[in-house]
Amino acid sequence: MTYVRVENLFQSYGRRPIIERVNVDVAEGEFISIVGASGCGKSTFLRLMLAQETPTRGQISINGANPAREPGLDRGIVFQRYSVFPHLTVRDNIVAGESFRRGWGRFWGAERRAALARADETLARISLDHVADQYPATLSGGMQQRLAIAQALVAKPSVLLLDEPFGALDPGTRLQMHDFLTELRAQAAMTVFMVTHDLAEAFKLGDRVLVFDKVRWDPQDPNLHGATITYDFDARHGGIPFQTLKEKTNVPYPA
Amino acid sequence: MRIINIRPSRPTVVVLALLPFVAIFIAYTVASDIRLAANPADKLLPAPETVMETAGRLVTEADRRSGDILFWQDTWASLQRLLLGVGISSAIGLVFGLLIGLLPVARALLAQVVAVISMIPPLALLPILFIVFGLGELSKVVLIVIGTLPFLIRDLSQRVLEVPQELVVKAQTLGASTWVIAVRVALPQLMPRLIQAVRLSLGPAWLFLIAAEAIAADAGLGYRIFLVRRYLAMDVILTYVMWITLLAFLMDWALRSLSRRTFPWAEDGL
Ligand SMILES: Nc1ncnc2c1ncn2[C@@H]1O[C@H](COP(=O)(O)OP(=O)(O)OP(=O)(O)O)[C@@H](O)[C@H]1O
Ligand SMILES: [Mg+2]
Repeated sequence: MTYVRVENLFQSYGRRPIIERVNVDVAEGEFISIVGASGCGKSTFLRLMLAQETPTRGQISINGANPAREPGLDRGIVFQRYSVFPHLTVRDNIVAGESFRRGWGRFWGAERRAALARADETLARISLDHVADQYPATLSGGMQQRLAIAQALVAKPSVLLLDEPFGALDPGTRLQMHDFLTELRAQAAMTVFMVTHDLAEAFKLGDRVLVFDKVRWDPQDPNLHGATITYDFDARHGGIPFQTLKEKTNVPYPA
Repeated sequence: MRIINIRPSRPTVVVLALLPFVAIFIAYTVASDIRLAANPADKLLPAPETVMETAGRLVTEADRRSGDILFWQDTWASLQRLLLGVGISSAIGLVFGLLIGLLPVARALLAQVVAVISMIPPLALLPILFIVFGLGELSKVVLIVIGTLPFLIRDLSQRVLEVPQELVVKAQTLGASTWVIAVRVALPQLMPRLIQAVRLSLGPAWLFLIAAEAIAADAGLGYRIFLVRRYLAMDVILTYVMWITLLAFLMDWALRSLSRRTFPWAEDGL
């Protein structure tokens, strides 16, 4: 069952093509890792998924709906930096995940108290409860990204987009974040697109690993052609495919 | 050791900060002594004691005709104009800054016209203001508004544009409307910048205030200075100038500590 369908997607800035002929179908709940050389258009692809930009050609549709025209509640995003609001405390950042869709962007009275209690629960689950009243600037990079992911999830997006979310973290913290993400996904199945430069991370977390690269190179003008998906690996079972038997095994061996 | 790496200790900082003030005072005293020694009736550089004496008299003695202490009356009149002008200017600046910074349509409509208007020297408009708004309070307040507004609008809209695009996108993915992005993302991030911008506008605001008062007023710090200039009352002028300086400094300091207190998440500069 196709959930996210990318059809013949092209994006160029001015006369310079960045990505071309991207076609991919993603099932609901799949975790897609995206890797590729720097500058090949991975973030551009995520921006198109967000509908922060409109593609020059092609379209992306989620769950059969019309292509989105602007960022919205159904697609959450975590950037490498600037993903949480610096002027809100850690707790208010979580509350914002629920309250920003309201007319004034806030809750009042009993509703507010309930939201604060829920935020405290969320913070306890991601072990940030001890810094609930601090501002994000006082948090370490790993804590900020944990907060950013939790904030994005509070809004309950159906597709979560992660742009090098752990790029700035040390290897130890990165492993913790992997566990954290795996745990969250066990609780709520959602479709995830994660851009990363770490191949091991891509294969560890992803169900599929998409590789963006240029298929055509012009020796005179390296910018003439854009990148597309050159490989689509099955990354389940540690990247070794065909671990699941596809043929019937209840057939007795020929005698 | 390189000079860039020499950091003064806390007491040294205090001493260093006081040093220029002491130097200015000594230079003035010496110059005043020299002039007074040559001519005891000299009015140009009155002795520091004379200035102190005059200051004491100004802040305590009531005017014989009206029974009011003119010094405080002037202060109140000027502060009222200044605060009203700067207040109105910041309110309008905030609204337009948000509009231009957040909405591409408003930017297309307004950015150029604000850039052109900001090139008009406000003092050149003063005669027009006097003609249109009369010689009363209104024209002075309007001059301060006109004088500080273009800068505020340009500065604040620039600050809104500097809000990381990631945050604006993030807010949209949380379902925020344009209005919510304005009041819950852009506005809070703009507030410390507003205070910063107002601090920078206070200098021009005082300039326009004193200019307007010098030309047409019946009270105010600027009015008084230009009035007593005719009698070469340097002691009065110096008292007023020091008082204006002190007021301006206190405002700046108050705004800075307000910003630090209210927006602990924003990093502060000078
Ligand atoms: N708004 C824009 N206008 C013009 N060119 C752009 C714009 N945004 C991105 N580009 C260009 O598009 C190319 C792809 O950028 P993109 O950020 O998608 O790369 P990336 O694969 O995410 O790289 P990295 O791994 O370094 O994050 C870059 O060469 C960049 O210069
Ligand atoms: Mg990128």
